[in-house]
Amino acid sequence: MSLTHQDVARIAKLARIAVTDEEIVAVGAQLNNIFGLIEQMQAVDTDGIEPMAHPQDVSLRLRDDVVTESDRRAAFQAIAPQVENGLFLVPKVIE
Amino acid sequence: MKWEVVIGIEVHVQLNTASKIFSGASTAFGAAPNTQASAVELAFPGVLPVLNRAVVDKAIRLGLALDATINQKNVFARKNYFYPDLPKGYQISQMELPIVEHGKLKILVGEEEKVIGVTRAHMEEDAGKSLHEDFQGLSGIDLNRAGTPLLEVVSEPDMRSVDEALAYVKALYTLVTWLGICDGNMQEGSFRMDVNVSVRPEGQKEFGTRREIKNLNSFRFLEQAAKYEIQWQIDTLEDGGKVQQATVLFDPDSGETRMMRSKEDAHDYRYFPDPDLLPVCIDSAQIEAIRAEMPELPGAMQARFVAEFGVSGYDAGLLTGSRALAAYFETVAKVSGQGKLAANWVNGEIAARLNRDGKEIGDCPIDAARLSGLIARIADGTLSSKLAKQVFEAMWDSELSADAIIERDGLKQVSDVGAIEKMVDEAIAANPKAVEEFRAGKEKALNALAGQVMKASKGKANPAQVQEILKHKLA
Amino acid sequence: MINATLKALSQQLAAKAVSSEELAGLYLDRIAALNPTLNAFISVDRDKTLAEARAADALRAAGQAGPLTGVPIAHKDIFCQQGWKTSCGSKMLDNFVSPYDAHVIEQCRAAGLVTLGRTNMDEFAMGSSNENSFYGPVKNPWDLAAIPGGSSGGSAAAVAARLAPIATGTDTGGSIRQPASHCGVTGIKPTYGVVSRYGMVAYASSLDQGGPLAQTAEDCALLLNVMAGFDQRDSTSLERAKEDYSRDLNAPLSGLKIGLPREYFAEGLSADVAGVVDGAIAELKKLGAEVVEISLPNTQLSIPAYYVIAPAEASTNLSRYDGVRYGHRAAEYKDLVDMYEKTRAEGFGAEVKRRIMVGTYVLSHGYYDAYYLKAQKIRRLIANDFKAAFEQCDVILGPVAPTAAFNIGEKSDDPVQMYLSDIYTLSVNLAGLPGMSVPAGFAANGRPVGLQIIGNYFGEAKMLNVAHQFQQATDWHQKAPAL
Repeated sequence: MSLTHQDVARIAKLARIAVTDEEIVAVGAQLNNIFGLIEQMQAVDTDGIEPMAHPQDVSLRLRDDVVTESDRRAAFQAIAPQVENGLFLVPKVIE
Repeated sequence: MKWEVVIGIEVHVQLNTASKIFSGASTAFGAAPNTQASAVELAFPGVLPVLNRAVVDKAIRLGLALDATINQKNVFARKNYFYPDLPKGYQISQMELPIVEHGKLKILVGEEEKVIGVTRAHMEEDAGKSLHEDFQGLSGIDLNRAGTPLLEVVSEPDMRSVDEALAYVKALYTLVTWLGICDGNMQEGSFRMDVNVSVRPEGQKEFGTRREIKNLNSFRFLEQAAKYEIQWQIDTLEDGGKVQQATVLFDPDSGETRMMRSKEDAHDYRYFPDPDLLPVCIDSAQIEAIRAEMPELPGAMQARFVAEFGVSGYDAGLLTGSRALAAYFETVAKVSGQGKLAANWVNGEIAARLNRDGKEIGDCPIDAARLSGLIARIADGTLSSKLAKQVFEAMWDSELSADAIIERDGLKQVSDVGAIEKMVDEAIAANPKAVEEFRAGKEKALNALAGQVMKASKGKANPAQVQEILKHKLA
Repeated sequence: MINATLKALSQQLAAKAVSSEELAGLYLDRIAALNPTLNAFISVDRDKTLAEARAADALRAAGQAGPLTGVPIAHKDIFCQQGWKTSCGSKMLDNFVSPYDAHVIEQCRAAGLVTLGRTNMDEFAMGSSNENSFYGPVKNPWDLAAIPGGSSGGSAAAVAARLAPIATGTDTGGSIRQPASHCGVTGIKPTYGVVSRYGMVAYASSLDQGGPLAQTAEDCALLLNVMAGFDQRDSTSLERAKEDYSRDLNAPLSGLKIGLPREYFAEGLSADVAGVVDGAIAELKKLGAEVVEISLPNTQLSIPAYYVIAPAEASTNLSRYDGVRYGHRAAEYKDLVDMYEKTRAEGFGAEVKRRIMVGTYVLSHGYYDAYYLKAQKIRRLIANDFKAAFEQCDVILGPVAPTAAFNIGEKSDDPVQMYLSDIYTLSVNLAGLPGMSVPAGFAANGRPVGLQIIGNYFGEAKMLNVAHQFQQATDWHQKAPAL
């Protein structure tokens, strides 16, 4: 398989990473090399093999429904790019 | 052409836990912005989710109430998209293996029963809020709501009218509040509905193209939006146009729906199992423990009310609108021994008064014991229905029992035969014309005479006895 | 003093032969002198370190010192540490001063360890050479032209150059073992779930695991005792009884069964690395170990499986860096989407962007089954290979990397070549097993070569036993670069 420039542009868009036309060409070539490596997998018969999402076969531990966090807004927002009245500010969100 | 409407509904039910689904931050509504957003909700580097046990328990409760399959192994997945109210850039939700599947919910439309399929209910986290006012072209992000636990309940496209859709969401609303898993506060967004609407020519098998109306937070808006949308789709199709699959928003001011401008290029959410969370495993003992603690459900209670108290199916439906109301009714019915009368009063005077005053049954000034006392006096003939209403008025504004008011105001119904006979004789003597008409076969004339007797008794004479004695005397 | 082990330092502190403040000063001076050359540290804060050291001395004076109180440690810049910049080697977090502590940091603090500074690393732990750091490459203390390995290259270089006696690292595909091997230090990646990931900036969640780097296996055991432990804030942290990883250090190796995977000694392994590993095996045989040949037939597939799974997880783990709540935000943008795209294009380096894009692609609609699911199935095959192998042996031995450290710049334009050099380390992460690297000799060019020891699940104590016995019989771990 081979990624087209449109594929690369679409992925970059999905990943919210700005790419220039030149970068698309360069990154596209690298990605195609990487996928050349990845394609090796397709030769392996994995029918009937259960996918392994996790190293350990254990179930999720749950926590009790208790409030343990206190308000740390001042500390958290001290490192925020733009805040006003306790809100994080971003360019207008359009619904 | 005749059109058939097809509706499927997704409801986001906020679960009433104390803490968030994946952190120990509070879920309380109305705090100052971002004061209840912990490092987990803010998606600081390195923070991790830990699942709240209560969320699982509440999901199981709903699953059991919907007679659904509880998937004893279910899996959280990441739903990836960028949005400022979604700090991680993904929502932790469930995709392939939700906790609840294959449920059903019975609805009543008029006198007709119908079963709506519930495809699935899955656990997920709520997003934060974007505020658009007052920031000079910027939006403000408040992440207090982020991480509030949700159950997304997805129905089959089984509804064929707006009435059915309304009946379904109301039944689901009753159920989640009944089970105590949701506070039901719709104004605060505790129960939000997405409605998928399509239309097709009657008789056609395939579904038409649907549009999804997002984020409705009142039954009235749902009704308005669905009606508008259905008409819009029919008009579009009848004008030779096509309906494109779309997500729309309802504007309550204009009463119209409009396409959303943002949200996702081609919706490639890239779902995959969240590697920070292991599969949720639920053993049968846990399910049975929750089943054992389940309250009697509205459906079962309706059937019992019909059988035990002889009330109509319609009345039973109203009486089980909430657990508190049902409990109130049942106490009145049992204490007074008058199921039908209790149903009439609870669904009639009590409901009207509460509605007028904007109150819930829990705030009803007349508790079940006092209402039972009133109903007992109606049943034993002490009060006519007219007098009963008068006593009820007085009870609403005081803390006195029915008996105390009857005593105080002398409202006791007169059932003494001698006294009534005396008043009847006087009425006959004073109204020869009416007597003559009655004897000539005019039945109505009797009512005029009875009215005179009631008037003379200041409404206290037992109306049934008055009729009986009048007929006897004039025979 | 500067060559002293953790064990020795703790004894000297206990004997009050040296104060923590003096010790910290010694290392800080050495960092000040050598870091401009090596670039092993991203952040050093003399005042903060000395304040911590004085607090440790006060504890000791009050009789409240633990065995490691006052020993200096360097932390990989991936562990969130309150009041310290936690950059993860990225421009994206260049301005991120963490408002909270990682579990590992809390544990180290509770043990009384004194933070010397924050070590350089490949950006978001993505890399095998430390060239992918926003703060520039780390130099190998043995040969300034060589890479130190990655991604915990700063930590490995710091221990090798004696800029710190011990350091923390993380290992997602070899990021502790490979730099340990290239820098001639000892490092261990524990069984997945032994060290809490809370506060450890995520690269690939199902593979990431923190662990220690030090001069000796014994020191690694002592630091792992501090780092390991159940933490309820990490859902993948395992609820196990606390263990003493040093408990079996002195057990004899007689009867130990060593598995040698055929696939680890096949084509692609350089002659000098093979020679070093063979020498180490011969040494262990002398100590009474027996050797059995085993097979890990899917070894080759670990590369494609890893380079699907890790980027997939990374692509979404790194979505949170959006310029909204912390970290870098582009200076100019025309709207929200533009802000996201510019922020992320500016904030991330080339390798991180590549992996995000690979990961985004393999998860995208229509490709999930062919890539992500397929890789997870191969992951199972790889884990099963180990399961079968450990029925025949107690530990598995092999090389860490096909060659000794390559030159800075040698592979930086060719990601695929770089990925191929991870062949011997990736499987361990995919299976979730513990693995370590122990100094075992030098390549012809004088660069260090490590021996990899792979244990069964929770076999850390056994691995450390093997490593310690090896180090009792050899002195490779005592060699230090001339600086």
